[in-house]
Amino acid sequence: MESSNIKYRIAKSRGAQIITTVLAFSIVLPLIFILLFIIKSGIQHVNWHFLVNVYKPEGEPNPGIGHALLGTILIVVTASIIAIPIGILCGVYLSENKTSKLAYWSSLCVDVLQGVPSIVIGIVIFAWLHQRFGYFALAGSFALGIMMLPIIIRSTEETLKLLPDTLKEAGFALGMPFHRVILKVILPCGISGILSGVMLSVARVSGETAPLLFTAGVSHYLSSNVFKGPMQSLPLLIYDYYSLPSRETDPNSFINQAWGASVILLVFVLLLNISTKLITRKWKVQL
Amino acid sequence: MAETVQMEDQVKYQTVAPAKSLSYASRVKRSYRQIKVESAFKVALVSMGIFMVVLVFGIFLTLVIGSSQSIKTFGISFLWGKKWDAVNDVYGAWPFLAGTLLTSFLALFISIPFSIAVAIFLGEYFPKGWFSELLKNTIELIAAVPSVIYGLWGFLVLVPFVRTIEIKLGIQQQQGWGIFTASLILAVMIIPYAASLGRSVIQMVPSALKEAAYSLGATRWEVIKNVVIPYTKSGLFAGILLSLGRALGETMAVTMLIGNSNDIPKSIFATGNTMASAIALFFGEANDIRRSSLIELGLVLFVITMIINMLGKRVIKRFTN
Amino acid sequence: MESTIVKSVDYNAYFGDNRVVKNVNIEIPRNTVIAVMGPSGCGKTTFLRGINRMHELIPNATAKGKILLNNEDVMEMHPIFVRLKIGMVFQRPNPFPNLSIYDNVIAGYKLNGIKLPKAEKDKIVEESLTKVALWKEVKDSLTKKGSFLSGGQQQRLCIARAVAMAPEVLLFDEPTSALDPISTSTVEELFHELKKNYTLIIVTHNMQQAARVSDRTAFFYMGELVEYDETKRMFTNPRDKRTQNYITGRFS
Repeated sequence: MESSNIKYRIAKSRGAQIITTVLAFSIVLPLIFILLFIIKSGIQHVNWHFLVNVYKPEGEPNPGIGHALLGTILIVVTASIIAIPIGILCGVYLSENKTSKLAYWSSLCVDVLQGVPSIVIGIVIFAWLHQRFGYFALAGSFALGIMMLPIIIRSTEETLKLLPDTLKEAGFALGMPFHRVILKVILPCGISGILSGVMLSVARVSGETAPLLFTAGVSHYLSSNVFKGPMQSLPLLIYDYYSLPSRETDPNSFINQAWGASVILLVFVLLLNISTKLITRKWKVQL
Repeated sequence: MAETVQMEDQVKYQTVAPAKSLSYASRVKRSYRQIKVESAFKVALVSMGIFMVVLVFGIFLTLVIGSSQSIKTFGISFLWGKKWDAVNDVYGAWPFLAGTLLTSFLALFISIPFSIAVAIFLGEYFPKGWFSELLKNTIELIAAVPSVIYGLWGFLVLVPFVRTIEIKLGIQQQQGWGIFTASLILAVMIIPYAASLGRSVIQMVPSALKEAAYSLGATRWEVIKNVVIPYTKSGLFAGILLSLGRALGETMAVTMLIGNSNDIPKSIFATGNTMASAIALFFGEANDIRRSSLIELGLVLFVITMIINMLGKRVIKRFTN
Repeated sequence: MESTIVKSVDYNAYFGDNRVVKNVNIEIPRNTVIAVMGPSGCGKTTFLRGINRMHELIPNATAKGKILLNNEDVMEMHPIFVRLKIGMVFQRPNPFPNLSIYDNVIAGYKLNGIKLPKAEKDKIVEESLTKVALWKEVKDSLTKKGSFLSGGQQQRLCIARAVAMAPEVLLFDEPTSALDPISTSTVEELFHELKKNYTLIIVTHNMQQAARVSDRTAFFYMGELVEYDETKRMFTNPRDKRTQNYITGRFS
């Protein structure tokens, strides 16, 4: 009686483990399959012309995504230039002031901002800038920059909170002013955590479509001026080509280009994620 | 400065004789500059704190001001207005609100068993080792795939798949697009996120608790059921809330797969729109009251996601303390 | 006659409303080793951190009274000037983990943005490390990270870092409490050497250490300076009952 009960319990435990494992793999494997599928479907459309040429009307040979590639790089780099200093300084502020009222509200606002849907940020930037300036790339950078902020701020704050106070004291005891203690001691010691936050935020916004719809806009032309005129980006190009209606001569022409662009975007985002892991491990300061 | 000159006399007591460049007086001069920079830096930090508050309130205010025309015209009944009628300029949010809630909760419902299974698998059964590391990293990578790419994939793979299901079920208007398709892609998108959150929560269970149960002769499953799950209940709940917050605001993949109609969805296979997809589709060419109504949709979305996220963050903060 | 270098006048330190150092008056002569001892929570560390204005770094912490360094009130000076003249070594060795041993020694210059010619830096590093008896041990591994050293070596590196700034006074906050006995005795030997050029104020909860290394001892109890005298006198013939109780081990 006793032992059969135990056998039953053990069998039940085994069963539960098997079910969990099966469930886990029945979702993880398809997810991996999705990744491979996207790469497989897109890679055949990628070649040198595809990377450097720009939009061509249907039927013309060798269309490319160069304009969107340049656009994504410019928009994301501009967004980073705006967001990284603000994000790191704000993270420092929050980790240095744990008790003040302003810090409480500031931290709350960071939480709120983290949850704001990206499309909402898009229309807010539209409301701020569109009437005066129309579509222009910098507006897209603002939108993406705002989305990067909470990620950078939180990772900076969390990293700095983990550093021992004795480090700061060592700096102060040498007669270092506050800003030097932060810039020369605290930030270098937390570099790996901060860098990983920055890189993840870049990876995150590189694939964002919704905030760019009404800010940087859609364009079929090569542009390198972030201050004026719409600028194409990879995610928007994918969305745009997906919804282009005319497919007369080659029904898949634009869809195929969208696949190619997807692979480029995907590889970029994945590489950024992987190198984040590698770099942060290498740059980790041993305390 | 007079005092500092007097200080210089002391320098001769040192054996490491400071060179001229480091004489105390010159260091003092430097330091006055440093003190100015120091206070500027402190001001900069505080202004960053203020900036975040201003930014978020600015976003909120912009949404309120932008939607004021719509709020004045339709009042609170905007929320349950059943028609989104661009011809007669009568706008009600209910079709999109219903679409949003339906897709998000359906996605959540589909994803929960899978995300919890992955969380338990990685958090409890295989918390260490190269295999679990590989799996963990793969899941994080999958979470990084941009939404628009999921949309494109869904269009090519998911839509025909759902169409075959619809044909088998004998549903009229078998198109493949619709609420169900959108929910599927949403589920795929939130599983990695929810699973990562769940895994970190499960790994926080103190091993002393589990060991106590094992020492009393509990099996592995009994430990999970009676120790791990009860201990992590609130944390897992927070994870589900945060995933819901993500699903509600997700735009591109949903826009590409939901079928884009302005009717109130009648079944899960019907086409529809979410608030986010409606904004993405219509905002570009909308004007006046239509634009204002779309901004109000944004405001509703902002408020809902804010409440859900705050709740989730609150619960998770209490759990981790 | 030896001259006074540090003098406190009615010094009080607070955490919020809580007064942890009460009306301390003390005169510290140049080139001596002063031990500050007392039971835990007696305010000895707070007093020490008050001397170079580190006390105020803690939120809500305030101080009143005067601390005179060469007859100049440090409470009126900007903390940066104070700390350039009064170095400090902490309870746990805290070398900068991102800097090499070499850079750790000249951290006070490097991180403060003071540019020095290479020869001068080399000279400061060698002299400072020699003073803390570390030069021979690390001269071949100056480019390695500071955290690569053992605990006792790290602590001596931290002393070298303070010495390199050519201060007049060195504060030590229980400098050996995190070290093993051998490292402790190495550091204690250093005190005798350092005394020739600097004034040392050492907080310790270890009476034997106070007796071994110091010329004068200050005994703190409940935030008050109970007794301050030559070390030999205090340990053989304490005037105050509380000092006597502490020394004989009635409370700790």
